[in-house]
Amino acid sequence: MAQKRAPLEYNRMWQIRAWLFAVFFFLYAPLVALIAFSFNDSKRTTVWRGFTLRYYEKLFGNESLLTAFANSLTIAFVATLISLVIGALAAVLLWRYRFMGRTVVEGAFTLPLVVPEICMGVAMLLFFTRVLPWPNNLIWPFNLGSIIIAHVSFCFPFVALVVGARLASFNKEQEEAARDLGANDWQAFRDVLLPHIHPALIAGGLLAFTLSLDDFVITFFTSGPDTVTFPVKVYSMLRFSVTPEVNAASTMLILLTIVLMVVMMAMQSRAQKKTKG
Amino acid sequence: MTAVDQKVDKGAKAPVKPIISFRNVSKRWGSTVGVDNVSLDIEPGEFFALLGPSGCGKTTLLRMLAGLEVPTEGTVLIDGEDMGDIPPNRRAVNMVFQSYAVFPHMTVADNVAYGLRIDRVAQPERDQRVQEALDLVQLGHLAARMPDQLSGGQRQRVALARALVKKPKVLLLDEPLSALDAKLREAMRFELSQLQQKVGITFIMVTHDQDEALAIACRIAVMNKGSIAQLGTPSDLYEFPASRFVADFIGSVNMFEAKLISDKPDEATVACPELEPHRVHVPHAVLGQETSSVWVAIRPEKMNLHKDAATPPAVPECPPAHNVAKGEIKDISYLGDISIFHVLLDSGRLIRISRANRSRWDQDSFVAGEKVWVSWGGTSPVVLQS
Repeated sequence: MAQKRAPLEYNRMWQIRAWLFAVFFFLYAPLVALIAFSFNDSKRTTVWRGFTLRYYEKLFGNESLLTAFANSLTIAFVATLISLVIGALAAVLLWRYRFMGRTVVEGAFTLPLVVPEICMGVAMLLFFTRVLPWPNNLIWPFNLGSIIIAHVSFCFPFVALVVGARLASFNKEQEEAARDLGANDWQAFRDVLLPHIHPALIAGGLLAFTLSLDDFVITFFTSGPDTVTFPVKVYSMLRFSVTPEVNAASTMLILLTIVLMVVMMAMQSRAQKKTKG
Repeated sequence: MTAVDQKVDKGAKAPVKPIISFRNVSKRWGSTVGVDNVSLDIEPGEFFALLGPSGCGKTTLLRMLAGLEVPTEGTVLIDGEDMGDIPPNRRAVNMVFQSYAVFPHMTVADNVAYGLRIDRVAQPERDQRVQEALDLVQLGHLAARMPDQLSGGQRQRVALARALVKKPKVLLLDEPLSALDAKLREAMRFELSQLQQKVGITFIMVTHDQDEALAIACRIAVMNKGSIAQLGTPSDLYEFPASRFVADFIGSVNMFEAKLISDKPDEATVACPELEPHRVHVPHAVLGQETSSVWVAIRPEKMNLHKDAATPPAVPECPPAHNVAKGEIKDISYLGDISIFHVLLDSGRLIRISRANRSRWDQDSFVAGEKVWVSWGGTSPVVLQS
């Protein structure tokens, strides 16, 4: 006998369940198809002709794709580190001090979040060709400098946003208590404020890393012939045809993102458990 | 409000060097005045309370001692040393914050050890002092707990131990009991004064709760609008308030506007419009100008109820028909140990009278709606000039 539904138990309505299924289907079916066809033993991607790992072998033999992959990871790593420092400092600045033009600064920080990516890309292109020409004959990884700067410019506001939200729940008396117990400004920051924003730094870092790793539009405008990133490389492969090799490459990118997400979410929940209270 | 009742040391003791001195201290933020020209000495070993309504400057004064706030004018001395620009981390005082500010990411023991670790106290001594401090506040068995596994009362003990472990010259307490529930608050009052006697250092407490200040402190400074309204022992403040503000803020009081009719060296008579046709007699001089307007304050527990009669009850050592009023009991709040009677006087003024229920049938002796006489002894009223 079916029990009666309680007033707020929407999850037991069949309409809601159908809706939920539709949402998940349109979200994940394309991804599942992409991954499935990366194992398809055929030059064309549309017809299933049996299972193979051939395209993954080919992928790992593709020198330029691997270089692009290494570039992407390096850029994401460095850009994340720089974004964490700048973003966290920006958030602390806005949280701690009341100064003239504070709202203007706050708005300026969030500008990269709202400006269309294509505009950012064109702006970066102009900037690095006209205003600050980045020398293109530097050795690796210094030739990635312009891309890293471009990535930092749209990654650090996310870090600042996440850290700022976390700071709002900080009890300033804790910092005063540390000072009262003998800590100088730096020690109070290190021992009290930093542990508090630790989970936000992990979350912000995760956001920055995935944003940088996945970014195509802005990177496309700032990368040169020797500084191709993974998404840009996949795009250039696509221009000839959608081969299972592209599928395999995309699958690897998805996998990497998911693994990173899981690792960092685990770290975050552990850190949050530690600083709860 | 100039009548600050400076308590002079009785007996022949040599004057003690104050552990804390405020000298003409003011704090302003733009045009807002937080503290207005406060001078105050606190003696070593005292349990001192700064009492006042919110926004009276008491917390600012405390934070100036800790170095978390810098005075706009004047000097703050701790143990005779001008604190000037000395930052909080180099002052021999420690503070228990209102929110306790226990570090949530450290264990209880690490919280208490924090100040010692910053001071680079070496390992065996550090552990020993942490253990002593935790035992002092009866938390020895919880050293390995995280703060989120503690109750509010236990967290406060951590904050106490964390401050006391540094062996400060003065312990500052910012509203220490306000976050606890009523029963625990009562118990902690007693424990705080026990603790203060055990460690023997000066405690300075900020509170807005007059019961708390009266129960714990040796001396209290009542603050109002940035300055000290009165300084004295709890009974000084309660029985001899120097102003209407203090009389009103400490305990409850029936306050009557009055005119001074006669003022002799050993007796005075005042007339209160709300108590006419009867007058108030006090057996001492008021030292005001005759016909000047004054205020008469009478505590609820110092008034008596009498059954209705044709003539007013006689009050000892008072002229007949003085210190009495006629009225009707409007409402009785029975609180167990005492009952509070709300009596509507014939003049239309409502007053409070409290009466101890000393026998188990006392509460039946007066009923609501009954006509009564109210009386008070000659020494009960306080005549205030401001």
